[in-house]
Amino acid sequence: MIFSLAIYAAPYSSQASDTAYRFATAVIANRHQLYRVFFYHDGVHNSSALITPPQDEINLTLKWQQLSKDYNVDLVVCVAAALKRGVLSELEAKRYGKPSHNLHQNFEISGLGQLIDAAVVSNKLITFGN
Amino acid sequence: MTPINQTMVQKKILFISRHAPYGTSLAKDALEAVLAASAYDQNLSLLFMDDGVFQLLSTQDSKDLEQKNFAAMLSALTFYEIKNIFVHLESLLARQITINEIAIDGIQIVDSAAICNLLIQQEQLLSF
Repeated sequence: MIFSLAIYAAPYSSQASDTAYRFATAVIANRHQLYRVFFYHDGVHNSSALITPPQDEINLTLKWQQLSKDYNVDLVVCVAAALKRGVLSELEAKRYGKPSHNLHQNFEISGLGQLIDAAVVSNKLITFGN
Repeated sequence: MTPINQTMVQKKILFISRHAPYGTSLAKDALEAVLAASAYDQNLSLLFMDDGVFQLLSTQDSKDLEQKNFAAMLSALTFYEIKNIFVHLESLLARQITINEIAIDGIQIVDSAAICNLLIQQEQLLSF
């Protein structure tokens, strides 16, 4: 079965992103396909390369990145939600004249069309954090 | 990430909006997702329930919040030709909202039993 996830919650503020990550690993462990993880609303904070949790806490951004590397999972961040929360790719930072950029490797910035595409392509789209 | 294929298969997709118009941006983000979806030739429906029914109030005034009026933003649904719009009866009753106070013309009022049927018909749910 093909799964996609939509995540609306920031990491560390609530359990939702953690739960989504655990669900993602369970999908893969059970030999289903994880087509895309779409980060929307506060979920865009999952993709910040500047996230610096204490050493004895999980680094969710790195976990997502590793999942993407190991299993070729699309990590897509909504552009409108990301820009207004200060998560910018190098390209967006240049475009808006910002002094820095912070989108983590393996995450991509794109539009809501990618969420709709995930809904159409996947058998199940599961939402976390609303 | 994939290029969006305009000829992708058509699915029945229901958006469920369950949060009040202000206080969090979930209601706005739900609306933006619905409007974005309208570009992809899918069979779309939109359901307002729980505190999401507050989005529909025609008398809402957001001036003091310095935010756009949500009822005005909902009028975009007509321009984007989203026709299957539902509101949950019991959510309206619990909040003492009457049909006369609702900003969207042609909205279909459905009770909990009818919502069960609506959900069963869908191939995908997007919950906000």
